[in-house]
Amino acid sequence: MSGTSATEYICKCTSACAGCSSSLILRHVLKAAGPDTVLVVPACCTSVLQGVWPNTAFNIPIYNVAFAAAAAVASGMAAAFESLGKNTNVIAYAGDGGTVDIGIQAISGALERETNFLYICYDNEAYGNTGMQRSGSTPMGARTTTTPGGKTHKKKDLDRIIAAHHLPYMATACSAYPQDLVKKVQKALSIKGPKFMHILAPCPPGWRYDSSQTIEIGKMAVKTGLWAMYEREYDNLTINGPTKAAMIKPTPLEDYFKMQGRFSGLKEEQIRTIRGEMERNLRMLKAEAEGC
Amino acid sequence: MYEIRLHSRGGQGGVTAAKLMALAAFRDGKYATAAPFYGAERRGAPIVSFIRIDDKPIKIYSQIHNPDLVVVLDPSILDLVNVFDGLKPDGKVLINAPEVPEKASGYNVYYVDLTGIALKINLIVAGNPILNTPVIGALAKMGLFSRESAIDAIKEMFSDERNHKAALMAYEELI
Amino acid sequence: MLTISTGNNAVAAAVKQANPAVVAAYPITPQTEIVEQIANFVTNGSLKSKYIPVESEHSAMAACIGASITGVRTFTATSSHGLLYMHEMVNWAAGARLPIVMANVNRALGPGWNVWAEHTDSLQARDTGWLQVYVATVQEAYDATLMAFRIAEDRRVYLPVMINLDGFSLSHITQQLEENEIGDFIPPLVLDHAIDTKNPAGYGCMTSSSDYFRIRYDIERSMRDSVGVIRETEEAFSKSFGRSYSWTEDYQTEDAEILILSMGTLGKEAEVAVDILREEGIKAGAMRVRWIRPFPNLNLGDRELVVIDRNYSFGFGGILAASVRAKTGRECYNVIAGIGGQEVTYMDIAGFVRNRRIGEESWFGVDA
Repeated sequence: MSGTSATEYICKCTSACAGCSSSLILRHVLKAAGPDTVLVVPACCTSVLQGVWPNTAFNIPIYNVAFAAAAAVASGMAAAFESLGKNTNVIAYAGDGGTVDIGIQAISGALERETNFLYICYDNEAYGNTGMQRSGSTPMGARTTTTPGGKTHKKKDLDRIIAAHHLPYMATACSAYPQDLVKKVQKALSIKGPKFMHILAPCPPGWRYDSSQTIEIGKMAVKTGLWAMYEREYDNLTINGPTKAAMIKPTPLEDYFKMQGRFSGLKEEQIRTIRGEMERNLRMLKAEAEGC
Repeated sequence: MYEIRLHSRGGQGGVTAAKLMALAAFRDGKYATAAPFYGAERRGAPIVSFIRIDDKPIKIYSQIHNPDLVVVLDPSILDLVNVFDGLKPDGKVLINAPEVPEKASGYNVYYVDLTGIALKINLIVAGNPILNTPVIGALAKMGLFSRESAIDAIKEMFSDERNHKAALMAYEELI
Repeated sequence: MLTISTGNNAVAAAVKQANPAVVAAYPITPQTEIVEQIANFVTNGSLKSKYIPVESEHSAMAACIGASITGVRTFTATSSHGLLYMHEMVNWAAGARLPIVMANVNRALGPGWNVWAEHTDSLQARDTGWLQVYVATVQEAYDATLMAFRIAEDRRVYLPVMINLDGFSLSHITQQLEENEIGDFIPPLVLDHAIDTKNPAGYGCMTSSSDYFRIRYDIERSMRDSVGVIRETEEAFSKSFGRSYSWTEDYQTEDAEILILSMGTLGKEAEVAVDILREEGIKAGAMRVRWIRPFPNLNLGDRELVVIDRNYSFGFGGILAASVRAKTGRECYNVIAGIGGQEVTYMDIAGFVRNRRIGEESWFGVDA
């Protein structure tokens, strides 16, 4: 793939599931970031896929930390590197649970303090590592082990919460679009200050689909318009191509839901609500982009 | 006390198989414990469950090092793990296979094609043949518990009748 | 109803019987099946609680506190880092005199990440004013949870109760379970200090140094009174359901010359070690300590003591051994074993007894 090094920073034998978006995302994130990088990883699937002591599957330092603390630990680390005159990339890499729920306090603080780091939330829409319980990022209607009848509340709008902190750069991405992801990481790391990326990470055991379909499902999430791809630089919003296309000719939502066991039993009213939320989001993005 | 070590892959229902075994023994009036051993869990990784059956309460919680019976739900595990480790000299082995795999030669092996049975009776979930209910039938034939308790246990945990039907087929087809 | 169950599901089954109005919970391995099973009960209507899937453990305890002060029954569950994360609010719950019941699935502390059984997590909370009991079987997990509500909610107590079960070694294993219709075994909660808009009061406000210590002494007084309440409750439970519990579970202790003290599932494994030692002519007995707070008067006699600690207080020693020493003045052979789920078999335990060196501490797997 052009623009990235041929070096692999993840060795072949991680303990990731077949079809895991996180290992796919990380592979490209690290290629974009290069060797002068530290990953700060709270409790999440990535804590486990590194492997068991005394081995690590990664060729860059990874600092594992407690669940709530990723952004706070990264804040301290970034300040320390600065005091040492080092330009080491500090990347907090967390799941949706550790971002949207238990980690949100630390993120808000780190962003408000304009911490020089990149926070990446890979979103598989549940607490994957502990067995697929619901998180604030689980979409409405999705079955998880703590929402066996389907989640009754909507997916938390993490991106607008982050946007409210007026960062120099934030972006959404998807594991199914690796080139786009690499460009965004490179862009982010070229900027000083707080940066945020929210990456959709389809998850075979969590979303209940065959592990060979991770890319297909990721693409479909974007093509339906459900997962909007865009970038914000302070107040300037740029909607990316695939979402512009989805705004004009979206793939039907039902096609996306049909592919995933977690949406079995999705009710009509829920699909209506989800569609309504999606359309509202796209309307707001369109209006914001036009106003820039 | 009778000690069984069950080898399977994550996602194949090995943990449920262990519970079914405990339930069947329990319905026979015995005491039973089933303990999955959780390492770094992930789909497809080899896992182990420990099942103990006894006429008196079982107070042992540690791992089974010298099983009386080793059950292998997925024969590909034989290439990854020494499933026979610690097996008692007069111990038995039950493998899900259409014939005795080479790696198991020299052991007192019982075998039955659980996968074949599951496919034949269309006992398939999300593309995977269900092995944990048919194996209970094979275990009943080996005398671990009565056939009646085995079927009762399956019916208690699963409403789909293909489950106990597959167990009955395994009971008949065990070699 | 006689059935089989895992430790976690037994706790959930007892919670369903107790029927709390509010359950606030956050998942953490190896507790997750408790909160998932409760979610199932709420979804299928067999439990009419309000289920709050909070975003962190700190919030789980905070939500329980908010619910409990209105006078309703509450429950939560956690483990290890979750317990540590809510530590501030764990203290608050006891200080606020709230009868919250919590199941803690004992698990080791990181780093490195280790999800297996160890008691350091809950023992670190032993100073908080919570009552703590440690169980060793699936049946006991069910029974202790039921009793916990009645003990906590007793007017003489009004303190939260923590039920501890070994991560994976008990939480995830299947044993037989007798579930009972509890009838009126747990009376309805009457919280004297519940919020009452007709009689408004301030809660937890600024308290001067001339008064604060009196309020803290009140906690201690209730903790002492809880001794009688625990005893009464366990007796009543025995009468109602035919299963008896006490401060310790004793096995072959009457004529024992050496006692093996421990907590949790190791206490049952120790009974098997006792059988082996007795065959060798060693008169061993096992004493499984169930209650850590309030800490019981142990009937040790003048037997030699081997204390197995599945925990540690760095720079000080095994916490059970230290507690025994503090309460009785008795020295022991303190074995630190089972840390981070380290495997300890009945053969190992028999070895601890055979190789005992009274007055010394030994880390199993490290020291010879």
